[in-house]
Amino acid sequence: MVCDQCRERDAVVHLTQIVGQTVAQVHLCEQCAAERGIETTVTEPTHPLGDFLQAVQQQAAQLPGDAARCAYCGTSLRDFRASGRLGCAQCYGAFEQSLRELLRRVHGSTRHEGWRYAPEESSGAAADREGTLRTLRERLQRAIADEAFETAAALRDEIRGLE
Amino acid sequence: MTLDLSLLPDGGLHWLIASGEHAGIVISSRIRLARNVAGFAFPTRAREGERLRVLQEVREAMPRVAMLRDGAFVRVDECSAQERLLLHERHLVSRELAGVDRKGALPGAGGVIVTGDAGVMVNEEDHLRVQTFRSGFDIAGALRDAERIDRELGEALPYAWHQEFGFLTACPTNTGTGMRASVLIHLPGLVLTQEIQKVLQGLQHMGLTYRGLYGEGSDVVGNYFQISNQTTLGRTEDELVDQLTRVVRRVIEREEEARRVLQRDAGYIIEDKLWRAYGTLRHARNLPAEEAMTLLSAVRLAAGLNLLSGLSVYTLNKLLVFSQSAHLAQAEGRPLTEGEANLARAKYVRQVLANETRHTG
Repeated sequence: MVCDQCRERDAVVHLTQIVGQTVAQVHLCEQCAAERGIETTVTEPTHPLGDFLQAVQQQAAQLPGDAARCAYCGTSLRDFRASGRLGCAQCYGAFEQSLRELLRRVHGSTRHEGWRYAPEESSGAAADREGTLRTLRERLQRAIADEAFETAAALRDEIRGLE
Repeated sequence: MTLDLSLLPDGGLHWLIASGEHAGIVISSRIRLARNVAGFAFPTRAREGERLRVLQEVREAMPRVAMLRDGAFVRVDECSAQERLLLHERHLVSRELAGVDRKGALPGAGGVIVTGDAGVMVNEEDHLRVQTFRSGFDIAGALRDAERIDRELGEALPYAWHQEFGFLTACPTNTGTGMRASVLIHLPGLVLTQEIQKVLQGLQHMGLTYRGLYGEGSDVVGNYFQISNQTTLGRTEDELVDQLTRVVRRVIEREEEARRVLQRDAGYIIEDKLWRAYGTLRHARNLPAEEAMTLLSAVRLAAGLNLLSGLSVYTLNKLLVFSQSAHLAQAEGRPLTEGEANLARAKYVRQVLANETRHTG
């Protein structure tokens, strides 16, 4: 069987995609599967912490700061590696460099987009509106990527209203 | 003070009423928000004194949160083992906070606020775990409740917060929104047609994950799955809930399709299997927990296929919770050994089924 995408190499990845109520079989070669970001080995649900801790381990191995400690609670990077738990809010500052990389690996992002707890100070209504528009446009892009068309339509209307 | 069970016979159990959309398949929808109080180390790192102060602050904040105001406040670490298990069986307290697997000392200063459709765990992995529940398929509804509680609680207590990372949690897998949205869903059709693995694998490509009935680390028993979002950062709460809602809607459609296929292609085999399960539950004298769960799953499917009438989804939900060990012990008014619980379970299930079912087959 040849790959559905490149139509050259042998298909080795056989994928069942469920879209709505229809089930489609997709056959891909290893290269095309990798390009689409399809993992070819993992089928068991993995806890994201597995990758995460491994990454901490790698970082710690590279950095002499393995024993670096949070000044507030005394948790070290080594402690975090062993338990997977940070000791306090200040740990996020103490291990910021490592954490930023790890948050990106686990969540695909480091930027919180949800509810604001202490709203940022804005320098006036115009800046506020620009900020809101930027956020809405980003959300629209994501909604389209997710094929969340109802949400996308609502966001589009909201953006038009503000513009 | 220990837990006065008479105060909360239905505590945290409004989700059993089976009022929501697709209630036969989706038992409940839940939101969990992880939050920490600024100025204190996270519970696993905090000293006993700090944990007690957090507990005290949460208690003082309760009257300022409309949905928690009339709730019961329970010191989990002062409860008996049976009471803790009961709270866990109601999904109000996690395995860890309830110390279900623990032989030695409990985590100190553990607490829980219990209301009909919300709860707050105190001093679990994070200082606060706000939980809201809705019956059936209504994740957005649970999110609205969670937002209300969170807003008022966040005004009463200072949260640990970071401009870029959002809400700070002990485990970085929860950082950002701190939100885990989930549905408890019954998928016997997909299991019997052996489609379930494909569906579960599909979830992972959609940024979702699944667990068993009792959350992290629990086995899948009785074809009950908890489906939830995997990531918590980089998307809004609404986006995460939208995504989960859309995928679960497809899973429900697939389950309904699987049930149609089963009835069409294996009608009498399925019917026989379900009636045998019903027969066992109706007459067994000794019923271990796991067997009960499996057989009740079959009876739930039988009701969904209209083979059994008169058995409401509410009754099925109630059986799921009240046939568990700590609930049986509570009903009997004394602690039960495992063997005694198996006898009590058989008796309880027999009675409920005798009272509430009429055969149609």
